[in-house]
Amino acid sequence: MDKLRPIIGRLLKSIAIIATIIVLNFLLIRLAPGDPAAAMAGEAGAADEAFMAQLREQFGLDRPLYQQLAYYFADVVRLDLGYSYRQREAVVELILDRLPATLLLTISGFIVALGLGVLMGVTSAMRVGRLTDRLISLFALLFYATPLFWVGLMAIMLFSVWLGWLPSFGMESVGAGYAGWTRAADIAHHLILPAGTLGLFYVAVYTRLTRASMLEVKDMDFVRTARAKGLRHGLIVRRHILRNAMLPVITFAGIQAGQLVGGAVLTETVFAWPGIGRLAFDALLQRDYPVLLGVFFVTSVMVVVFNIITDMAYRIADPRIEVAS
Amino acid sequence: MKDLALTRRTLLAGASATSLLSLLPGPALAAGGAGVLNVIAFPEPPTLFIGLDQNGSTQTVAGKIYESLLTYDFDFTPRPSLAKSWEISPDGRTYTFKLQENAKWHDGKPFTADDVVFTTKEFLMEVHPRARVIFENCETIEALDPHTVRFALKKPFAPFLMAFEMSTAPMIPAHLYKGTNYRTNPNNAKPIGTGPFKLAEWQKGSFIRLVRNPDYHGEGEPHLDEMYFHILPDAGSRALALEQGRVQQTQFQDLEPFDVQRLASLPNIQLITKGYEFYAPVARIEFNTRVKPFDDKRFRQAVNYALDRKAILDTIFFSQGRVATGPLNSKTRFYDADVTRYAFDLEKAKALLDDMGLKPGANGVRTQVKFLRLPWGESWARFAEYVKQSLAKVGIAVEIESADPAGWTSRYANWDFQMTSNYPYQFGDPALGVARFFVSSNIRKGVAYSNNTGYTNPRVDELFAAGASALSDAERQKAYSEVQKILTDEVPMAWLVEVDFPTLIDKRFTDTVVSAIGVNETYRRARKVG
Repeated sequence: MDKLRPIIGRLLKSIAIIATIIVLNFLLIRLAPGDPAAAMAGEAGAADEAFMAQLREQFGLDRPLYQQLAYYFADVVRLDLGYSYRQREAVVELILDRLPATLLLTISGFIVALGLGVLMGVTSAMRVGRLTDRLISLFALLFYATPLFWVGLMAIMLFSVWLGWLPSFGMESVGAGYAGWTRAADIAHHLILPAGTLGLFYVAVYTRLTRASMLEVKDMDFVRTARAKGLRHGLIVRRHILRNAMLPVITFAGIQAGQLVGGAVLTETVFAWPGIGRLAFDALLQRDYPVLLGVFFVTSVMVVVFNIITDMAYRIADPRIEVAS
Repeated sequence: MKDLALTRRTLLAGASATSLLSLLPGPALAAGGAGVLNVIAFPEPPTLFIGLDQNGSTQTVAGKIYESLLTYDFDFTPRPSLAKSWEISPDGRTYTFKLQENAKWHDGKPFTADDVVFTTKEFLMEVHPRARVIFENCETIEALDPHTVRFALKKPFAPFLMAFEMSTAPMIPAHLYKGTNYRTNPNNAKPIGTGPFKLAEWQKGSFIRLVRNPDYHGEGEPHLDEMYFHILPDAGSRALALEQGRVQQTQFQDLEPFDVQRLASLPNIQLITKGYEFYAPVARIEFNTRVKPFDDKRFRQAVNYALDRKAILDTIFFSQGRVATGPLNSKTRFYDADVTRYAFDLEKAKALLDDMGLKPGANGVRTQVKFLRLPWGESWARFAEYVKQSLAKVGIAVEIESADPAGWTSRYANWDFQMTSNYPYQFGDPALGVARFFVSSNIRKGVAYSNNTGYTNPRVDELFAAGASALSDAERQKAYSEVQKILTDEVPMAWLVEVDFPTLIDKRFTDTVVSAIGVNETYRRARKVG
């Protein structure tokens, strides 16, 4: 029971946070000038009063703001994220429709980033000051500082245009009629560039974090003790240094994991990947409030959930940390 | 021969595809079988139900699914579509259409005169702002028999025959919509039209697939089996898609202007600028004539003189178009070139400003104005910067204001701007696409694309009214010629460039662009040869 109590406390706090986020999101997006009716009139290049009034009535925008908020809140509590009149589909459907593509991209990017980043960070820290370290640091700095979309475009130029190895956009070969494993291979083929691009930025982050943290731990007393005990080098690096150096990495991984569901607008746009980031971005431009709020809601829930998971992971990595704190 | 042209790129692509990708499922080619056309849809259409949404890309896709009674040649001569023939009474008040007898909706129900009556009398009148101003001229709309419809007008309305374009009056199936709430009708998600293609699949964010309608009323048509519309949100990807042959057609503003010439020079691609006559926009700056100093004609003229139209055409629009002379595009009916012209002349501009008493201060600045730039694409950002630089030369300091599409539309509609740019479509006829911006009866706050400059001139009102109701083209021309002279003198706007949109299309496809609505046409006759 004692072990569960802090978790229940956290959960209650989380629910309060999510409720606050819902209200804030709702009010924030109303601060942007223009509404869905204005967006649609702008695109159609024609409008009149009746047209605007019909749209506002249909979107429920003719009611006072506090009523709209109350209705929305009541719906969300019942896990009903509303209906997009613009896309003529329930918001849940729209999000679920994009979820597989999003997760495929972001989780692949996440794994690439975490795996490669930690590996390079460790290598770099173990050979500090030598050529390998310099090269890795240069690489990390370069990709940390380069805008993601530019990396994407250059990757397309190199691998798709000049070398012709990889498809430049899309999630699969449209109209090719692949099924089963052929289709999976086709999707994987399309996934390499976007996941690689998305991963590169985070590779840089994890590399730098791991390296810095490893260097800090490397000269601590307990490492010297381990060495004095005559433990093998590999064992010291894995058990003693890395494990103690992992906390900042876990923190950052927790933050990144929370954003997995939110998608990656830039990468999805450059590679025409049908993910949630684009759905949200389009919804923002079109003032499609229910869709935008829906994505915000799902994303904020995920962030809160992953924060809790991160706290658990701290405890596993370092049993001295108490969840209750 | 064109197919044999080898470039370094195709060689490289070929070489690497055979070596490295032999393990992977085929090279990344999109569907390219016989009779398959891959096109871009940008941005992704919110819906394909053209009755409720006439978005640009909605029209391009839904134009293959829905039809209207007529279609129009490049010079706006009406041609049969769902109507096979028509008659106009000598007094210009009665229009009688004979309909195709074998036309069917995609669900198999026959298309009849009742559908036409329902669409024009009920459906469009309730939901379609552009159609409303046309069909409100009708006294009665009735079905004389299952294949004959008669429209009786309250008074002659000269451009009436121009109303039966696909996006203006798309035919809507009465059996699915009559008596329902149009906006929540479940059929909106599954478009049912009479067109040569049917919706087969729509993977949101990826592509839309249309397939041949075997029951189409055109004998042996359409020739294409499938059409794919690929949703590519990035301009670089769109250019690449055409270059790599993953799509065979781009249109409107799919490509950034700076990419067009390069792609048009590819051996397998042709550039078509015909097929936009119905849209034919003029890029312009609109002045809010309610606010100082834009209420003064001399100030507006000074801005007109201070802008180098040729430079704007060449540097911002990459020479895709022509220098504009006035409110009408030269491709719109009743255009008149004999108007007051504004050649680039900084001295004249300065003289006009001096005359107003706007003398330069110590820093050379006479006055400060705000320019709300158009949010549609990079070109308009460059354009705003160019205007800022140009006007600085005559002592007008410009502050550029930015907004996203919804924000821009809302500010424009509510007169919350000093000057802004715009390029609305003209729909072939001044009564349909031009008068709306200048007649005083159309000054309506909260409504974008009305008379947002607040310009009023009783003579202009009279002339636009006369032009719309005159019976002969000669009389119409007389009214519109005079209106163009007045407007170019009073310049509530600065008309700068007649924008030409480019259609780039693979040379193997023919009979694609065949009418004034070009890529938004049905593609019933489009074919793949070789």
